[in-house]
Amino acid sequence: MSALLEVAGVSVSFDGFKAINDLSFEIAPAEMRAIIGPNGAGKTTIMDIVTGKTRPDEGRVLWGENNVSLLKLSEAEIARLGIGRKFQRPTVFEDQSVFDNLVMSLENPRGPIAALAYSLTGGDAARVREIADEIGLSKELPRKAGELSHGQKQWLEIGMLLAQDPQLLLVDEPAAGMTVGEREHTTRLLKDVAKTRSVIVVEHDMEFVRQLECRVTVLHEGAVLAEGSLDHVTNDERVIEVYLGRSGER
Amino acid sequence: MRAVFSKPSTIIVLLLLVVFTVSAASMAEANGGEISTSLIKTLGMTLCLCLAAVAMDVSWGYTGILSLGHFAFFGLGGYMIGMWIMYARTERIVVDSLANAPLPPTPQEIRDGIGTQIFGVVGESEIPFIWFGAHSLIIQLALVVLVPGLLALVFGWLAFRSRVTGVYLSILTQAMTLALALYLFQNDSGLRGNNGHAGLQNIPGFEDVPQSVVSVWFFVASAVALGLGYVLCAFVVSGKFGSVIKGIRDDEARVRFLGYQVTHYKLVVFVMTAIICSIAGALYYPQAGIINPAEIAPIASIYLAVWVAIGGRGRLYGASIGAAFVSLLSTWFTGGRVPDVDFGVFSIEWVNWWQVLLGVSFVLVTLFAPKGIGGLFDLIRLPAPRPPWRGEASKDAAE
Ligand SMILES: Nc1ncnc2c1ncn2[C@@H]1O[C@H](COP(=O)(O)OP(=O)(O)OP(=O)(O)O)[C@@H](O)[C@H]1O
Ligand SMILES: [Mg+2]
Repeated sequence: MSALLEVAGVSVSFDGFKAINDLSFEIAPAEMRAIIGPNGAGKTTIMDIVTGKTRPDEGRVLWGENNVSLLKLSEAEIARLGIGRKFQRPTVFEDQSVFDNLVMSLENPRGPIAALAYSLTGGDAARVREIADEIGLSKELPRKAGELSHGQKQWLEIGMLLAQDPQLLLVDEPAAGMTVGEREHTTRLLKDVAKTRSVIVVEHDMEFVRQLECRVTVLHEGAVLAEGSLDHVTNDERVIEVYLGRSGER
Repeated sequence: MRAVFSKPSTIIVLLLLVVFTVSAASMAEANGGEISTSLIKTLGMTLCLCLAAVAMDVSWGYTGILSLGHFAFFGLGGYMIGMWIMYARTERIVVDSLANAPLPPTPQEIRDGIGTQIFGVVGESEIPFIWFGAHSLIIQLALVVLVPGLLALVFGWLAFRSRVTGVYLSILTQAMTLALALYLFQNDSGLRGNNGHAGLQNIPGFEDVPQSVVSVWFFVASAVALGLGYVLCAFVVSGKFGSVIKGIRDDEARVRFLGYQVTHYKLVVFVMTAIICSIAGALYYPQAGIINPAEIAPIASIYLAVWVAIGGRGRLYGASIGAAFVSLLSTWFTGGRVPDVDFGVFSIEWVNWWQVLLGVSFVLVTLFAPKGIGGLFDLIRLPAPRPPWRGEASKDAAE
């Protein structure tokens, strides 16, 4: 079984500061992976690299069975290959309704002419309602996305990811700023999604990561420090030193 | 298209436009009414400016492309139609003047005559290559669409591909219109330098029709163009395309990560609005009678943005109201008919002070009423259009 995403020997520096340093990891189809690490470890940067926002100085990023290199593709092309992304700060189109946010994300032709000619089909409307149900926003469909609560915006963004029907979801701190109840909903949602797709979750909250019950990669100073089950990595000496020790002090 | 006509504002705007056009045209001097020919021309020109403002709103208010160069396209439209008017009219004059010659004139003699007539003012007599289609109305009408369309395509492609946005894009578009104006000012630009085209109100083939009648034709044509342009723009900003461009305005990067090629969408908007501006200009200048490079000076494009801001960007009717309101007010103030205010020490002469008033109102609107005049309409509650999910939701509730 070949990997869905392969990141190999990737390095990137910003003005001489090495944010990612010879980083390698692989994600299998329908695998859920958590990436943890202290602030500034490079978690968001690696998502930027995979989605084409940041170009690495070195290394390879390969996608799918045919090992397509993502490094020469634009953000839009990478998204069309089946990689969806949720940002650290919730980014939804606040001025538009929840419904329109989801319709825009639906898997459909993306060209300007197709968008001009598009008219909402019964199938698409049904799909939007199905997703709204999943993310618990059925009642909010007509509301402007800007009026949603912080947690609801996070879900809407996950819903927009689902609407794209990607093979890989990159989810940056989905539970940030959520109440305990909201976190549980988010955990269920992500685990559900991971049944058929690969998911990479970046998260600080250890309890949340434990609930995900998945393989964990610990990032530190732009490189992989440890990888394995949560129990395995939390017992790793170096991990305790750089990450857990510090968060324990808080 | 259904979505366009389910919007109450579109229907109201179209109805008002029809009522206004029919009543003004029927009260025109030509039809035995009270409205003078010059006022009809002013109104017709105002409608053209409204059309340009609507296009500007699609670009700025909906897509977030604050182009400060759209008036260049407006001017180009005027130049393209002006070439035909100048050429065809001069051709008639030359042919008539040679009619009494002992020998019938050769085509070359006619061409030479036209060249001397048109380009004498810039010391030339050769007809430049860019006038290749000037003899044909059809070709020049095609150029009204093609020339600004192509310019916008090339310029937009270079700018959007390099992801030039915000202030930098605005400056770049200012540079574009400035460069074009400076080029046109040159005597060897092939477009008569600072003389531009004049006498554009005399439409070849209709010399015998009085201006009072021609003015009504152009007034009605301008109204039709505004109506069609409005419907086209309303269609473009609604539906999924509208969602995507509003998304680009609010968060361009997010739209990319959804898999949309932002550059392509911006190009479609930029080229489409450039062409609409050009058509508006092609209708405007035969009513104004004269076009010269000063028309597309950078300030003209800034005015276009000011109209949209004062009218309320992000709503097409706001843009039309802003353009009509400010340009009519400007005609009034600069027309010299507003009494000057004399303070003894100094006096306010509106012809000059109008600019100050406009500048101050622009600042005030930006600071205190970002929704512009159009924001007033939010106070009126119109029945909301039936949302696509409404039918389904009520079914759900019934289950
Ligand atoms: N575009 C950029 N220019 C300069 N420095 C950057 C840029 N992007 C990231 N960095 C730096 O790279 C390092 C890694 O940043 P990154 O955002 O990936 O961290 P993170 O692991 O996501 O942290 P957090 O947990 O705070 O979100 C940081 O020191 C950051 O300041
Ligand atoms: Mg981060």
